[in-house]
Amino acid sequence: MQLTTLTIREAHELLTTKKISSVELTQAMLQRIREIDPKIKSYVTVSEELALEQARKADERIAKGENVTPLTGIPFSMKDCISTRGVRTTCSSKILENYVPQYNATVTNKLAEAGAVLLGKTNMDEFGMGSSCENSAFFNTHNPWDLDRVPGGSSGGSAAAMSAGLATFTIGEDTGGSVRMPAGFCNVTGIKPTYGRVSRYGLIALVSSFDSIGPMSRDAYDCATVLEHIAGHDPHDSTTYNSPVPNYTKHINKPVQGMKLGIPKEYFVAGMEAGVESALQEAIRQFEKLGMEIHEVSLPHTKYGLPVYYLLLFAEASANLARMDGTRFGLSVSENAKDVIDIYLKTRHEGFGDEVKRRIMLGAYALSAGYYDAYYLKAQKVRTLLRRDFESAFSKVDLLLAPTCPTTAFKLGEKTSDPLEMYLSDIYVVATNPAGVPALALPAGFSNNMPVGMQLIGKHLDEQTLFQVAHAYQQVTDWHKQFPNI
Amino acid sequence: MKPTYEPVIGLEIHAELITNSKMFCGCSADYASAPEPNTNICPVCTGLPGAMPVANKKAIELAALVGLALNCSVNKHNTFARKNYYYPDLPKGYQISQYELPICEKGWLDIDSGSSSGAASATYRDPSRVRIRRVHIEEDTAKLFHEKNYALVDFNRAGVPLLEIVSEPDMRSVEAALDYATKVRAILRYLGVNSGNMEKGVLRFEANISVRPFGSDEFRTRTEIKNLNSFRALTRASAYEIERQIKIYESGGTVVQETLGWDDVRGVTTSQRSKEEAHDYRYFPEPDLPPLQLSDSWIAEIKSRLPELPEAKTKRFVEQYELKPQDARLLTSEKALADYFESVVSKSKSSPKTVHSWIAGEFMRYLNDSGKDVDDVTLSPESFAKLIDMVTDKTVSGNNAKVVLAELIESGGDPQEIVKEKGLAQVSDESFIQEVVTKILNDNPAEVEKYLAGKETLLQWFVGQVARATKGKADPNVTKELALKALAERKK
Ligand SMILES: [Zn+2]
Repeated sequence: MQLTTLTIREAHELLTTKKISSVELTQAMLQRIREIDPKIKSYVTVSEELALEQARKADERIAKGENVTPLTGIPFSMKDCISTRGVRTTCSSKILENYVPQYNATVTNKLAEAGAVLLGKTNMDEFGMGSSCENSAFFNTHNPWDLDRVPGGSSGGSAAAMSAGLATFTIGEDTGGSVRMPAGFCNVTGIKPTYGRVSRYGLIALVSSFDSIGPMSRDAYDCATVLEHIAGHDPHDSTTYNSPVPNYTKHINKPVQGMKLGIPKEYFVAGMEAGVESALQEAIRQFEKLGMEIHEVSLPHTKYGLPVYYLLLFAEASANLARMDGTRFGLSVSENAKDVIDIYLKTRHEGFGDEVKRRIMLGAYALSAGYYDAYYLKAQKVRTLLRRDFESAFSKVDLLLAPTCPTTAFKLGEKTSDPLEMYLSDIYVVATNPAGVPALALPAGFSNNMPVGMQLIGKHLDEQTLFQVAHAYQQVTDWHKQFPNI
Repeated sequence: MKPTYEPVIGLEIHAELITNSKMFCGCSADYASAPEPNTNICPVCTGLPGAMPVANKKAIELAALVGLALNCSVNKHNTFARKNYYYPDLPKGYQISQYELPICEKGWLDIDSGSSSGAASATYRDPSRVRIRRVHIEEDTAKLFHEKNYALVDFNRAGVPLLEIVSEPDMRSVEAALDYATKVRAILRYLGVNSGNMEKGVLRFEANISVRPFGSDEFRTRTEIKNLNSFRALTRASAYEIERQIKIYESGGTVVQETLGWDDVRGVTTSQRSKEEAHDYRYFPEPDLPPLQLSDSWIAEIKSRLPELPEAKTKRFVEQYELKPQDARLLTSEKALADYFESVVSKSKSSPKTVHSWIAGEFMRYLNDSGKDVDDVTLSPESFAKLIDMVTDKTVSGNNAKVVLAELIESGGDPQEIVKEKGLAQVSDESFIQEVVTKILNDNPAEVEKYLAGKETLLQWFVGQVARATKGKADPNVTKELALKALAERKK
């Protein structure tokens, strides 16, 4: 039995029928990480001791039959921007290389309470700034489907770990496609929930008004299982919704017949890789076969998605990263410093990578006196237009279908010299974040032996429909069951 | 002769709000009682990565209460903003404040010592009215302790709710600025939102100052004096800065827009930052906090909590107790004092004016000498009222009543008992007083001689001698009468 490619519910079944223990499952994962991860490099930190301790506790819970949840004893990994008490949380940045949080993120606590087992923290583009994981200050992560290619970003480590069988599920974070784009590159299912559905408390912020924590897993059902456990109102995060979290898995089998699937015409234009386009067309036929109505819709302001997204990102990120100043935690470069300002400068100079510095400077510029109206304010206004695009589309259809990237995974180093080219790989995924709507990425086939991803975009707080449709699709396809050969 | 120059002054008042917890986290806001530095702290108020603010409901209520007391309108939709700058006392690298949409705006406060550029001015306004531009909520910073080669940071104060009350540049003299600041402080104390204790730094001022030719209505280049931590500093710094600017204009120079500090020891303002070096705070809406949406009913509920404020109380005291306005104002300068006065009045048979003279006189003198607050005084209004009534009834003389009052304040007790114990009861019995008068006249033939020779001011001296001989018990009026009579007889 291959323990490392189990779905959550397969593992849960084996655990609760005592066929395996959580310690066994966890050890199998740790063993595979030791064997495979030197090639993939998806983990920044493996928290072996903590994992085994949590696994033992999970086994006790299962033995006593007390408080057993679908996640009890299930090993998972987490993007390294989510705070874990006692386990260093680096955002793949030198400035936080040795930062060990004193507190847990709300998501970390919720998963611990559910009895899930934290294997470790996964690599990412530094502070989430990037689309290939190549902006990690530590090392590149390799796509398990082709080690010469990138896993996507910024949750590239999470996606690669998932795809390589180095975790049963993983927690990613999506600011502008950071869950969906790598999910597509690595043949993984992942969701960016509605903004405010999952608490951000303890998530090291990139863009406070976009950041959405979301699970990545083997299929839509597992995604729904994890989201049920991590979503909900948090008194520590004023931007979370008060509305109760639906029981997604309970209703996941409801028929999708008659549902209206919108195809935004602006997303299917020249520049898309032929194999990606044909995979998407094939998927559309599949949805049709499932009894869904296909409608072409328009999101007229799509072309502004990228500039709006990046402008607001630069602005908010420049403030969010201001606390990394070398005085209280993380890297502190004080040698030969004249004064405290000098410590700030030296620390930030050494601690941040080029892309981070570029974005902080652009953000400070966009917010500065005399430019605020032309950049930040204008972007906020266009953001409203983007949101209205979705609202108007959703007055006609139940959900939308789009690719996650115009291409499959590109080669390591291919786009690193041109930041703009790199930004363009996010073109299909960024607009959802300024709009706040949920979007689920799932495997749609292969192009030249590399996975093709697609996303279903839903109405505010309507993750349920996304899970239903994705689950129905995965009942009749097996793209998501394909594993790379490593 | 009219002065040549007129100052134009605006004030920013920073007032900490008295709440249990800090503005954006659950830590205790009572940093003054913290046993050690960095004990009332958490990930939020130390700006750890990933920590998020949650707005303190109580602080929002108090901010609205202050705004309403200052005749502001409450913005039903108001937002938090990030004010970005780097300093070690600011852990996040930005301060959460309010910028475009503060909680309260467009208020006013009447002051007594306003002066105006005159009715001829196009921008004529009520000379006694200071307009309040805005009242907004923000978080206090940490405290720095500077050592020789380093500084230490105590985050116990970081995140304590702070109110910023910004006036329009409507004050035309240092006195007006002082009056305005004093009145705002009194209101904050009335509302119970701030102790007004300037030594503890819970109230700080910043003054914007420019000067212009008298009669002009232009607004000239202004300077901003930061961190004025006492009324004295406010007064001295403003006066100094006004003079400094006048001298610059008189010597043909121009005033430079800059931020100044106040050197209390040398008594001068010093340049901190020029306009070119001024911070660009890069304000933008705080994405971690949704806008505050306040309903009409919520605002009405807060408004219903407003107590009678100093201005209204003064008016009422003048009408109800027939006090002079300045006397009423003294009593209403502190809510506790006004309450104490009313309490004594309600328990006393004597006139409110009499009660006022006791409170404004002996009682206030005691407070000033001892440095105590009204709240620290244990003397019950009942006892005080009883004592005042004993003076009115002539049971005890005014002078002896002062002795009794001191005893009452220090050690408590019943005024009647103390009078009895100390034998201080006033005696009006003529035969007893007559005996003493005769004795005093007999014992002082030289003074009697002088009096009879025409030095009639000595009468008071004789009365004093009788008072001394009777330990103040002799009714001074009776004494005076009898002494006059006796001296007249000797004249014959
Ligand atoms: Zn705190």
